Amino acid sequence: MTVLAFTLIPLIAATLRVATPLLLAALGETLGENAGVLNLGIEGTMMLGAFVGFAAAASSGSLWLGVLGAVLVGAVCGAAVALLTVTFGLNQHVSGLGITLLTSGIALFFYRVLYGSTTGVQARIEPFQQVDPLPGSVLGSIFQQHALTYIAFGLVPLAWWLLARTQFGLRVRAVGENPEAADTAGVNVFRVRYATLMMGGGLMGAAGAFLSLAQLGAFTFGIIAGRGWIAIALVIFGNWRPLKVLVGMLLFGALQALQLRLQAEGITLVPYEVLLALPYVLTILALAFAGRAASAPAAMLRAYRRE
Amino acid sequence: MIDPHTHAAEPAAERPVGPTIGPTVGATVERAVELRSITKCFGALRANASVSLHAGAGEVLALLGENGAGKSTLMKILYGLYQPDAGQIIIGGQPVIFRSPADAIAHGIGMVTQHFALVSTMTVAENIALGAGGGLFNRARAETRVRDTAARYHLQIDPAATVCDLSVGEAQRVEILKALSRQARVLILDEPTAVLTPQESRALFGELKQLVAQGLAIIFISHKLDEVLAVADRVTVLRDGSVVGETSTQGASAAHLAEMMVGRAGFTPTGAGLRAHPAPPSSPNSSASGTAAGARTESGIAQDQRSSPGESPLLAMHDVHTSRTRGLSALRGVTLDVRAGEIVGIAGVSGNGQTELAEVLTGMRHITQGSITLLGHSIANVSAAQATASGIGRIPEDRQTGLVGDMTVAENMALEHVRDFTRAGKLSLLDQVKLHAHARALIAQYNIKAAPSSQAGKLSGGTMQKIILARVLSRNPMLVVAAQPTRGLDVGASEYVRGKLIKQRERGAGVLLISEDLDELLALADRIAVMFEGRIIGSVDSAQASAEQLGLMMAGRSGAQSREVRETQHV
Amino acid sequence: MFSVLRASRGAWLLPLAAVVVTFVITLPLLLIARADPLAALYAFVVEPFTSRLSFTEILVKTTPLLLTGIAVAVAFTAGYYNIGAEGQLLAGAVCAAWLGPLLHDVPSIASIPLMLLGGALAGALWALIPALLKTRINVDEVVTTLLLNSVMIFLVSGLLNGPWRNPVTKMPQSPAIARTAEFPMLLASSRLHLGFIVALMVLAGFWFVTRRTAFGLQMRAAGLSKSSAQFLGVDVSRTLLIAALFSGAIAGLAGVGEVAGVHRRLIEDVAGGYGYTGIIVATLGASSPLGTLLSASFMALIDNGAQEASRSLGVPIYLANIVQATLLVTTLVMLFVQRRLRRLR
Repeated sequence: MTVLAFTLIPLIAATLRVATPLLLAALGETLGENAGVLNLGIEGTMMLGAFVGFAAAASSGSLWLGVLGAVLVGAVCGAAVALLTVTFGLNQHVSGLGITLLTSGIALFFYRVLYGSTTGVQARIEPFQQVDPLPGSVLGSIFQQHALTYIAFGLVPLAWWLLARTQFGLRVRAVGENPEAADTAGVNVFRVRYATLMMGGGLMGAAGAFLSLAQLGAFTFGIIAGRGWIAIALVIFGNWRPLKVLVGMLLFGALQALQLRLQAEGITLVPYEVLLALPYVLTILALAFAGRAASAPAAMLRAYRRE
Repeated sequence: MIDPHTHAAEPAAERPVGPTIGPTVGATVERAVELRSITKCFGALRANASVSLHAGAGEVLALLGENGAGKSTLMKILYGLYQPDAGQIIIGGQPVIFRSPADAIAHGIGMVTQHFALVSTMTVAENIALGAGGGLFNRARAETRVRDTAARYHLQIDPAATVCDLSVGEAQRVEILKALSRQARVLILDEPTAVLTPQESRALFGELKQLVAQGLAIIFISHKLDEVLAVADRVTVLRDGSVVGETSTQGASAAHLAEMMVGRAGFTPTGAGLRAHPAPPSSPNSSASGTAAGARTESGIAQDQRSSPGESPLLAMHDVHTSRTRGLSALRGVTLDVRAGEIVGIAGVSGNGQTELAEVLTGMRHITQGSITLLGHSIANVSAAQATASGIGRIPEDRQTGLVGDMTVAENMALEHVRDFTRAGKLSLLDQVKLHAHARALIAQYNIKAAPSSQAGKLSGGTMQKIILARVLSRNPMLVVAAQPTRGLDVGASEYVRGKLIKQRERGAGVLLISEDLDELLALADRIAVMFEGRIIGSVDSAQASAEQLGLMMAGRSGAQSREVRETQHV
Repeated sequence: MFSVLRASRGAWLLPLAAVVVTFVITLPLLLIARADPLAALYAFVVEPFTSRLSFTEILVKTTPLLLTGIAVAVAFTAGYYNIGAEGQLLAGAVCAAWLGPLLHDVPSIASIPLMLLGGALAGALWALIPALLKTRINVDEVVTTLLLNSVMIFLVSGLLNGPWRNPVTKMPQSPAIARTAEFPMLLASSRLHLGFIVALMVLAGFWFVTRRTAFGLQMRAAGLSKSSAQFLGVDVSRTLLIAALFSGAIAGLAGVGEVAGVHRRLIEDVAGGYGYTGIIVATLGASSPLGTLLSASFMALIDNGAQEASRSLGVPIYLANIVQATLLVTTLVMLFVQRRLRRLR
């Protein structure tokens, strides 16, 4: 029993921690995709968020100011994606990738200018401390998490509520499924898409900030390491519903936590890259077996033009 | 579908009965909505010419007409989608101007079209709540509101159902509920039974009765006589943009309505007489009866060579069915023959399966039942390439589909038969010389105003159609399937196309001409088959067709019935 | 579909304008990096032409970029969004790194074609699954190719940190390939290797197939208007599949080139983002062979220029990323503007 406690409980705690940036990013992507826009700028937005969060925190001395800065910059990135895909009606895939390439370039460039090399860590700040509501108890270590983690998990029911129980959510879902019908009903398609992309971008920025301000206390070249693409995969896996996205997130987080743990223990039954690759492969299988294109918001990837 | 036989005997058998039915034709009934002298032009096309009509509370007004009569345009004006060039809309005695559907909705106008504006992944209540302001969406309260509205109008619907799970009839009900929840007092229904099964249509009529009992005014656009006579109190007939008649449906003659709907200057009033058909070879211009459309066969096209068609059919379709996609008509047992050396015209109001008929013959749609043979070989469910290879010349309904706009004229001419332009060898190398020579030859032969390297999409409609014709006809097909070949073309281009089709008949090909233009069919076709609700409802020799006969068939009365009606009238 | 790649008359104006705009945008960045703009400009634009070595270095960089650019362009032409060039390149590299050391006893005349063939097959194989998922079940190929990129990166990392790790230095470097499998150098005392010729040949092949064969005609039709192509008898699914496989194969060739021509072994950064830059090359090049060559060279110029600027002026090398991405975004926006103007006319 105690063995289980000693292995399982830290694993759960690690899962929650590892899942946080993914959850934030995936929630952000879910919002945008529900409105019918695939935001491939996610990876770059996270990186820029990580950098701006770090720089703002380092220069101001306040970590929360860093988070705020990251959220704001993320919203700007979201607006940029919206400008290209919604206002200009350009191809969503290429626009998003362009933004990712641009914003990651900007992040890395400015970090270099301000702090020096990006390989190895030149600048460090004191990261967030974890909150510990139940000190001492074994079970309590699960709740020993960053404030941002609490916020992230709290956002899941909020996101669900937003989509299912507000007029805004109705509009978002209508725009993503049938923008012509939404337009006929008097919904401003452009405004809804801009709003969701900017909100989503803010969340993606926050995800990046978590990595630089809570997990690492620094900013490096590989800080994001493809988490943005994982988030996209998990949105599909979760069938575009915030609650289901959470499930996929936890699964992935558990896998990653397990991998970290095994690595720490020096156990190499399976090369840890296999565990890293597993979620991607599983997602591809899920896509293949469910033909998920059918469940995607029907209007996704199509620019809306009122003829 | 109302049984035509019982109805023919008692035209007034199924009338909506309710406390607030207007007593006489519009005289003392409160006019819920009135359109006065509405005129609307699209460039040179006059869609509505000084049209006036009105509908009162508790009354059903039917708007009857064939393709291009102007019914949809008129209703779009009423719904604020278009602005009239002249005329007024009067609601409750006051003239109003609608700049958008929002204005129309604010004045109590609701419209239900054939394409539902519904979000299929959301529930009924969510769809109806969409667009209403406010911050929160209380699911329970929204569902209750929907239930109340539905109960008030006696409409059966489950507010919690997801729209994609609903049948077409139920989805239509949601559209009606949407309009009602926005306080509509006038409801416009554009061809509502086009997407419904007979049972669903019956249910709809029952619902309309309930609505009318609650004081709504309903404008019902249709081309189906039986429905019009069953549901409406009054009917206004439009033709070519003008009102040609208005009457109460009590005691109205179906034949008369049909004749109004379709009649032309060339038709004799009794309808039974011979249409002035082009005489034998010696007088090429005998078809002197010009119609308003003016697109007759004057310009030198001698319709004299009525070569006697072969004995056995070239194309034989038997009981062909296609599967029904939501909201789209299906083929429900089409049986049709085309012989070599004849032009068979397919008439009918659009939306009765004409598109599907063309698709099934050109490798673009599968059939679920029945057979299609070309000279005895089955061509059912073949691919597009196979259809072409079998000798079918395909002129598509939509020019954009028949051409790749971003490619050159030469490439477009070659693409359908690209194998013919490759050199021997596995590399499928294109013989550029041959390709260009082919294009140049066709350009000269068909007098196409473009160079081989011109971009196809930038050319005029007429030129694009010529390219398609050139490509198709230069291969000497056995069977030409031409769907709406002159749609959107000017007079000159239309005449050219028609001339080419006649030439095909002369050389012995069979031509299936699907057209919304009745004049064109009467001029070109040897036989005219009328499509209605996915079947061939009847066919006539075009030399003996009368307006009334064609009109009745296009409006849903089969050839046998139309004769019966005439007989009862002459009694 | 991807109307960006419509090579119309006067289309060359567009990239030119984009280039000008890009340099205007990078000026403030240079100032922020406290670098002399003129010196930076020199490093970017003039320096590469000052010595034969620096010029050939551009061509060395152009090789993989041209190949990935063509790979992506092939897919785009058919209307297939292959974002997986990065992974397909790696697949080719892995195959070359695996095959290379085994070819000690095989003469170059045979081993080099074998390397190329193996790499192409590996790339095509890696492109197969997303292509099948798209044509059979209509699964979005962008997501699947992106995911497979990550999987391949993990695979490479696993190999280099595991069975292929250099046992002596403990560095993630695979064993060297056989001498006979190495690409010969084209110019003495330069790094310009056979891969460049291969790339040019593939470019010629790309042009030839798309413009001079029946398949190319059908492929272009499918990409320009799927519904029309279908009506006109093109088997769109099959065309897409073939285009996707060729796309993967060409990207695989890029990987072979990097392993056999540059590094002689597999290293972690063998792909260097070429798969993604290839998308920029394809977009800028607008499916014209000359355009693709020029874009690839231009991207290489920017890459190398940034390297030089980084070395001599301390300008962060990421300037290249910003410039390239800005070029992409600017081109897209300009195309929108062009489309709008055309509609107004």
